Amino acid sequence: MATSTIVAAVFNLNRPAHTVDWHFIHLSVANVIVIGLMLLVFVLAILLPFPGSRRRETAR
Amino acid sequence: MSAEPPPSPGSWTARIREAGVRALPPDKLLPDGQPTYVASWIYVFGVLSLASLVVIVLSGSILALKGPAWWHYTSVGHFFNSIHLWAVELFFFVMVVHLWGKYWMAAWRGGRARVWMTGAVVFLVAVPTALTGYVSQQNFDAQWISTQAKDGLNSVGVGAFFNVTNFGQMYSWHILLLPIAVVALVTAHVLLVRKHGVVPPFDLEERRAALAATDSPGGGAGR
Repeated sequence: MATSTIVAAVFNLNRPAHTVDWHFIHLSVANVIVIGLMLLVFVLAILLPFPGSRRRETAR
Repeated sequence: MSAEPPPSPGSWTARIREAGVRALPPDKLLPDGQPTYVASWIYVFGVLSLASLVVIVLSGSILALKGPAWWHYTSVGHFFNSIHLWAVELFFFVMVVHLWGKYWMAAWRGGRARVWMTGAVVFLVAVPTALTGYVSQQNFDAQWISTQAKDGLNSVGVGAFFNVTNFGQMYSWHILLLPIAVVALVTAHVLLVRKHGVVPPFDLEERRAALAATDSPGGGAGR
């Protein structure tokens, strides 16, 4: 109960959701955040070195 | 005490076994190492999708055993409901990153078309699996989603036999028919990955092709 009260204090759910609108594109802010996070994780997965990969390259 | 019966190569079980071992020898089915190029974070998202799917199936089995009253009115039930929901969110998150990674490295190269196609179909089948789950929650959220979805489905003419406001039908699709399809497709996808191996990066494939041309008799001519 206490947790839901705290969460409700941070996120006011008693109003229409925020959306991003551009031409026919209509997305909730929550979905835009998730898509942004997926893009960020994708870029990081390509750029960040994998543990031990340099050692394996040297051993070859 | 008796000796084993002689092998009968003509039997259908022997033929299936031999075809299975030919397609997937034990060292390919369960390898103890991977090529060096697999040491990259982008190759991790396939196995993360598998891990999420395992959590989804396990938590979903517990929810199916206990039923809606348990997941709504007990704290443990609520906990497992949340585990199931967030494992699904994670499953889609990592599956989309996996799909992007494989798309941009053209993972259908080298005879891997069926690997790509089974993966893409898993994604498509996972969407209605999640939708039927959202409408099976038996709460206001489920009611809202089902009444919104029914208009879309009716408009394309499938509402008559796929009724999202029918809990019994949606629950059957969600816990039996669609999970069987997802697990079967994922199994086929993983076995095909084992058969064909993980797709190499573009430059490595080009170097290998150049080496093969140099090594073959007369391969270096004209270069």
